[in-house]
Amino acid sequence: MSASADLAHVASAAKADARPAIELAGVNKWFGALHVLRDVNLSVALGERVVVCGPSGSGKSTMIRCINRLEVHQEGRIAVDGIELTDDVRALDAIRREVGMVFQSFNLFPHLTVLENCTLAPIWVRRMPKKDAEELAMELLARVKIPEQAKKYPGQLSGGQQQRVAIARALCMRPKIMLFDEPTSALDPEMIKEVLDVMVELAGTGMTMMVVTHEMGFARQVADRVVFMDQGEVVEVGTPDQVFNAPKTDRLKLFLSQILRGH
Amino acid sequence: MSDASMSTGPRKPPITAVGPIAWARANLFSGWLSTAVTLAMGYLLIKSALSFVDWAFLNAIWSVPSNAQGPQTQVCRDLQGSGACWAVIGEKHRFMLFGTYPYEQHWRPALACVLFVALYVISAMRRFWRWELALIWVGMLTAIGVLMWGGVFGLSYVPQERWGGLPITLILATFGLAFAFPLSILVALGRRSSLPAIKVLCVLYVELIRGVPLISLLFMASVMFPLFLPEGMNIDKLLRAQIAIILFAGAYLAEVVRGGLQALPKGQYEAADAMGLSFWHKTGLIILPQALRMVIPPLVNTFIGFFKDTSLVLIIGIFDLLTAGKTAIVEPAWQGFGVEVYVFIGSIYLVFCYAMSKYSRGLEAELNRHRHR
Amino acid sequence: MSDTRSDPRYKRRPPKRPLRLSWSDERVRGIFWQIVVVAAVGSLIYWLWSNTSHNLAVRRIATGFGFLDREAGLPIAESLIPYDPTNTYARALFVGLLNTLKVAVIGIVLATILGTAIGIARLSKNFLLSRIAGAYIEIIRDLPLLLQLLFWYTILQGLPGPRQALKPMEGVVLSNRGLKLPALMWENAHTAALVAFLLGIIGTWLYARMARAKQMADGQPRKVWPTALGLILVLPVVVWYALGAPWEIEYPVLRGFNFRGGMNISPEYFALLIGLVTYTAGFIAEVVRAGIMSVNHGQWEAAQALGLRHGSVLRLIVMPQALRVIIPPMTSNYLNLTKNSSLAVAIGYQDIVSIANTTLNQTGQAIEGIAIIMAVYLTISLSISLFMNWYNARIALVER
Repeated sequence: MSASADLAHVASAAKADARPAIELAGVNKWFGALHVLRDVNLSVALGERVVVCGPSGSGKSTMIRCINRLEVHQEGRIAVDGIELTDDVRALDAIRREVGMVFQSFNLFPHLTVLENCTLAPIWVRRMPKKDAEELAMELLARVKIPEQAKKYPGQLSGGQQQRVAIARALCMRPKIMLFDEPTSALDPEMIKEVLDVMVELAGTGMTMMVVTHEMGFARQVADRVVFMDQGEVVEVGTPDQVFNAPKTDRLKLFLSQILRGH
Repeated sequence: MSDASMSTGPRKPPITAVGPIAWARANLFSGWLSTAVTLAMGYLLIKSALSFVDWAFLNAIWSVPSNAQGPQTQVCRDLQGSGACWAVIGEKHRFMLFGTYPYEQHWRPALACVLFVALYVISAMRRFWRWELALIWVGMLTAIGVLMWGGVFGLSYVPQERWGGLPITLILATFGLAFAFPLSILVALGRRSSLPAIKVLCVLYVELIRGVPLISLLFMASVMFPLFLPEGMNIDKLLRAQIAIILFAGAYLAEVVRGGLQALPKGQYEAADAMGLSFWHKTGLIILPQALRMVIPPLVNTFIGFFKDTSLVLIIGIFDLLTAGKTAIVEPAWQGFGVEVYVFIGSIYLVFCYAMSKYSRGLEAELNRHRHR
Repeated sequence: MSDTRSDPRYKRRPPKRPLRLSWSDERVRGIFWQIVVVAAVGSLIYWLWSNTSHNLAVRRIATGFGFLDREAGLPIAESLIPYDPTNTYARALFVGLLNTLKVAVIGIVLATILGTAIGIARLSKNFLLSRIAGAYIEIIRDLPLLLQLLFWYTILQGLPGPRQALKPMEGVVLSNRGLKLPALMWENAHTAALVAFLLGIIGTWLYARMARAKQMADGQPRKVWPTALGLILVLPVVVWYALGAPWEIEYPVLRGFNFRGGMNISPEYFALLIGLVTYTAGFIAEVVRAGIMSVNHGQWEAAQALGLRHGSVLRLIVMPQALRVIIPPMTSNYLNLTKNSSLAVAIGYQDIVSIANTTLNQTGQAIEGIAIIMAVYLTISLSISLFMNWYNARIALVER
């Protein structure tokens, strides 16, 4: 039972299925009186890779966290794989099983080994037998190139290794969609590449990905679409070529000049 | 798929998302369990508040008549249980606050208490956190000593046996801190020393003191210290109790200071060594200023703890605030009105301790803000 | 991988540095200062000790622990084991120790329950609940324990006498002579039921382990609570019923000036227990709150993002990490409760401190008396410290 075979099946379904993987329609969210998401409309097809960028405070992390209900939106409609995101607990469970998330600060469970981190959810949520879960976990750890760390604790690993474990942990649930919230922002420069390599390889298998990041090189290489957000709204959307080489709005031009200054 | 939409500017959130209705929904009535709890708590709160107001204010007796045999408290007794007898406070508050200090000289212990509070307030202010603060302490404490004892500057001499009440509590706590703090710094440094003999001595001191209750140390002071001294040499009881409190506080403060020394990054020690500073220069100029600043909140919390612990001297017969309160109701006329007296004394402790605790929390929040940015 | 045989870094040992007898050698200075300090402390101790022996001789105070075999002549109001004033001092002190343990153990259990409840209430989203819990914690922590004990004792003493005692429930009598509760006449059937209850707890634990192992094997979770209910509740009741179901309750009955029969809880013990429990619960509440808050919010999010439900997140991720932070200060609070029980002497409850104090007053042997008090508490403290160190080392999060 190979994990990559499963993902290939997902990739072929992407072309057959017209239903969008993620759909945000008229989404509005307030933190107190602060209007942090303003009429966000976005639709991500199955198998599509979307990169979200923008200055800090633009609401991109908030938007991605609304998708698996780590934040609650007050207005508008969010649907994941056709399932509406409401207060219904069963819908929420179904959505969280299909959506995997990788956090900026890794959020590995420090009291469990790397292997246990990965097998926890398959055992308790997908009700897999322990042996099968461990087999799956070892396979995915091999894919992220750290199978020898399986028995170690997160505190013993470097930042780059921890983030790769976090990716493997999310993949162990065999999600259809993977969300990345600034996965490399907390890493030292020499470790960013190893994590990006894993993400590029993942994209190559046809996984639906939504990535919030500042890594423009990654966006150019992998993204089907780039979404630029500023002050809570979606300002521009287009292919990487359109967004980076032919920005239409002034705000995007300003952002690009700030980001690309060092490159 | 969306395109670059015209920004319409931020909107006001829906009425159910912000404002008093939203707040009530989220914090008081967020589910049926929460609503039930709110209703139950609200009912209990209102009921107990009403009966407390009844007891403490509406039915209370504020003063009783007094004739040749002393105060007539029968009217208070008739109401016992349903009305507070604040007359006992009116009658006895001077006794509770100042003990048997001569009545006309009460301004002196009162002024001493004010000086103590001033000392605390000055120590709490950030801009006084320099080594010169020690001089301020020495000056203030000497002034307080002069005030209480008298005998100079035209003040009449008042022997220590007549002191009592709030000044004793403040003296025990403040002098305790004044001597225990330098002791605790030495012990904490000694515990981290690489010289085994000194380290063992400090560890023994700290673990022994922290393992026994304060009461046993006070008993030791009251009963054993006289045996330790050569014949003819006498230390009075208050001083003995003070020494016991200093030893007790020193051990607990030493652990707090040690925590600060450990939390300081090793790089600081190394940089100071690299500059060629001697041990005492390094400690006094680089290490302690940083380490102590870091642990001021737990230091204040420990001080609150033994400010309250000074009340234990009641058990060895020293006249502090709590003892004064307990003694006030020994008199037959006022027997049985303990609740009113303890409420009064409790409020005094509450004022001091709450102020210190609030200060410590504010300080901790401020220090965390600077550290975590 | 360092193989100590082939790794060249293990070939040579460091040279030994000879000690130069010179002030500029750091080690010489260290030795010198240690000698100075030890000599100073030693001479201080010697001076104190010689004064003491002189004073003891002059006042004709005996030394040594021989007094332990003498008749005590000490009346003790409540005791867990049979005692009368003709017993030795040693037995009297032992009774005191049992009294201390009686209030400490029950106090710890009750304070933990109350403190955890208040700590969780403090974290509640309900505004009223969390603020009331916060006010409780603040007030309790700002008042001296002795004051609180005297307050509770005064209230209990202010209760009406036995003739007008309060009867909140059938068989429960509250008066200024204490709290009287109905007592169950203990029979063999009850002992058997108790044994069945304990066996039920062990059985439930074993069953839970087996269920967990089965779940690991095939992935299907199994419900443990029906079996737990059966073993812990139903089994003891069945055993008790099978042995004749005796249920004789002795109610306290007013005879003369006091109630007789039933279980008696003296006002001293009751006041001490209430005071200690309410006081320590305030501190435990803060420890529990800090522990739960110490778990990074990101842990909640990661676990929820993986699809775990609230209960599972608490059980598998949050509580294991929170307990690591909670347990050290919690044991420190238990220790404080035990030490604080020494305040019993102020309200007349005869614990070890109170009895040792009376002993040293009667025999004049202050040093031995206080030494006994300190030895008792030091033993308790050090054993708890050792246990804490072992526990901390065992559960410490493994890091680089």
